[in-house]
Amino acid sequence: MNDPIVVSRLLTFVTLGFHIIMATIGVGLPIYISIAEYVGIKKKDRNYIVMAQRWTRGYTILVAVGVVTGTIIGFQLSLLWPTFMQQAGHVISLPLFMETFAFFFEAIFLGIYLYTWNRFRNPYHHWLLSIPIVLGSSASAFFITTVNAFMNTPQGFDRENGAVANVQPLVAMFNPATPSKLSHVLTTAYLTGALILAAIAAYHLMRGKTAVYYKKGLHLAMKGALVFAIATVVNGDISGKFLAVYQPEKLAAAEWHFETEERAKLLIGGILDPDEQEVKFGIEIPFALSILAFNRPSAEVIGLNEFPEELWPPLYIHYFFNLMVFIGMFLAAVSFIYFICYYVRRLQPLNPWLLRMVVAGAPLAILSIESGWIMTEVGRQPWIIRGMLTVSDAATTAEHVWEMLLLFSGLYMALAILLPLILIRLFSKKNAEAELENQGVIL
Amino acid sequence: MIETIGISVLWVFLYGYIIIGSIDFGAGFYSFYAKAANKKHTIRAVIDRYLSPVWEVTNVFLVFFMVGLIGFFPDSAFYYGTSLLVPGSVALVLIAIRGSFYAFANYGARESNLYLFLYGITGLFIPASLSTVLTISEGGFIVTEEGKVRLLLGELFVNPYSWIVVLLAVVSVLFISATFLAYYASRAEDKEAFEVMRNFSLVWSGPTILMSFLVFLTLSTHNPDHFQAMLAESWIFALSLLAFVAAVWFLYKRKHLGAAFCFVCLQFAFAFFGYGYTHLPYILYPYITIYENVTSPEMGITLIIAFIAGLFLLVPSLYLLLRLFLFNAEYVRGS
Repeated sequence: MNDPIVVSRLLTFVTLGFHIIMATIGVGLPIYISIAEYVGIKKKDRNYIVMAQRWTRGYTILVAVGVVTGTIIGFQLSLLWPTFMQQAGHVISLPLFMETFAFFFEAIFLGIYLYTWNRFRNPYHHWLLSIPIVLGSSASAFFITTVNAFMNTPQGFDRENGAVANVQPLVAMFNPATPSKLSHVLTTAYLTGALILAAIAAYHLMRGKTAVYYKKGLHLAMKGALVFAIATVVNGDISGKFLAVYQPEKLAAAEWHFETEERAKLLIGGILDPDEQEVKFGIEIPFALSILAFNRPSAEVIGLNEFPEELWPPLYIHYFFNLMVFIGMFLAAVSFIYFICYYVRRLQPLNPWLLRMVVAGAPLAILSIESGWIMTEVGRQPWIIRGMLTVSDAATTAEHVWEMLLLFSGLYMALAILLPLILIRLFSKKNAEAELENQGVIL
Repeated sequence: MIETIGISVLWVFLYGYIIIGSIDFGAGFYSFYAKAANKKHTIRAVIDRYLSPVWEVTNVFLVFFMVGLIGFFPDSAFYYGTSLLVPGSVALVLIAIRGSFYAFANYGARESNLYLFLYGITGLFIPASLSTVLTISEGGFIVTEEGKVRLLLGELFVNPYSWIVVLLAVVSVLFISATFLAYYASRAEDKEAFEVMRNFSLVWSGPTILMSFLVFLTLSTHNPDHFQAMLAESWIFALSLLAFVAAVWFLYKRKHLGAAFCFVCLQFAFAFFGYGYTHLPYILYPYITIYENVTSPEMGITLIIAFIAGLFLLVPSLYLLLRLFLFNAEYVRGS
């Protein structure tokens, strides 16, 4: 445990693992708040206004914690990976810089939005304030994702005598990994946001609440879930095709695909014998990997054996890859079933089994986000910037990293315990029914 | 050229953080004090009305400074990043406690004394820990051995200059914040809160100026070069002193409180920019200068363009925020 590289990685993992939950929700929720308020004003239905207000309150607390963890990771990148930030600073500091602006923009309007619910005569003016929140949070995701994309497919500079030269900041930002990563990050965030809101409504309906408020909330959120589940399946496929061309070693490691071959099969689950490169108990789908990679069953997919073994990513990412894809499919299926039940007369969209699946969807979506990030980050090993700087060369040489890991783990533990407690207390003290009655809605 | 623009932009943002952060940090402390002294309905109402909509904005200034520093002077990430692991992490944990507990106490279900205490006390510890970075930038606390950068944490702990800077940071926070809140309370026409904050402001004015002199004095032995540079530009520090006198005079006379707060801002502006200007060309004595360690011109120009574009977005938004909350008499009065 005294290896500063291992401990630095652990600390970054803990911080990012915690932050990504807040960040995903922070990007995923505003769009639904904005839609709910708009629908409420347009239909003159107070149910939706109360919905937007309650969602905003939960969102604000999560954003507050997200600001905190975001500030931490912002600084930790320099504290734990000083050499990385030194090199990245030369080439990819533009989006980092602009992300601060985007967040600034969002924070200002969130402050205004929160405290001006009844200060405008025209309700659409208040609704307009939600737009900068949606744009700001998604723009933050955009800028940060370009940095992560750069780490996977760096470009926009030359190397002269070990130093970085001829920097082209925009070329670095819009690198080959940017489109697929960005669309995947955004749609999965919107999908997760939808499922969290749907799960809350479904939970109340399961517990026998009858107010139309919950049904309307569930329906609105499930519409979002369906749209973004489809989008996620589509750009998940695009991500696979991106990997096959630009980071074949990551795709091959995720699929335990050792020999370059045509008509490659997709592997689900299984146990690997690393010496023999043989898999037991796995489910194999013929041609599927070739289709995922190049849309052609006969396409040739590069295998891991083409790369020197010291440049292989850890092979356990296979399981995280499987988990992510499996949950994504499950979420898409749940939203399809909900709408089939909704539109086919004899079926009941509020039947307890379906509601249970929706409730399970929220934690599963977060698990899927975590798996996806583990897969893509671990899958870049041993590089921190692919082909340019290794993780072990980038790590800090400072002492006491281990103590810092304990310090931050304690902090996240406290937050992880307090945050749900506070949210539950906040919403149960002032329940939706009481708030609706306050606003003159007859239940 | 790029290095001058870069460091100026960064310094302006750091100055912004010092003023806005001080108001925020001090307000947290006074808020806790008011609760402990059972003065809830006077000062706290004023503080809460100001803080609620703007607290998130404070942190951004600090993050902005850090990101900008790495953008314009990437090598600083290597030196400061390696050496600040421990003090930086401590400051981060304090900022984290403060941010989350404010949200828990403010938007959460109930008011908790523990939350308020943590919120108030971190408001003093954060500026104390952050101020050590300025101390470290003066040199003498970072050594390089075999290409590895190391912070002499022990030396930092026993150094008188380092402690004077910490004290200056803490009393400045209390002084700036009290002056602003006195002005805000007078605008809210809350006489009782105004008297309390005016007293605090006057109480902390003396220590602020005393500590400023002591910082000068100890710097003369800690970093004689920088001290000589400051002497050469002593007019700017004289202006700072004048602004201080004017601010205290208005506060004492209970009039022109807006001007009093502006003079406090000027006092710190003169001192801070005088300090920063004479610190140049060094960002970190003696390892990093703005000339040798500036980023490439391509990146520098792009950053400056992005910055100007960002300002076009931010300035109107900030103006809207201030107009709705700070300069809106009805909101300030709570009606």
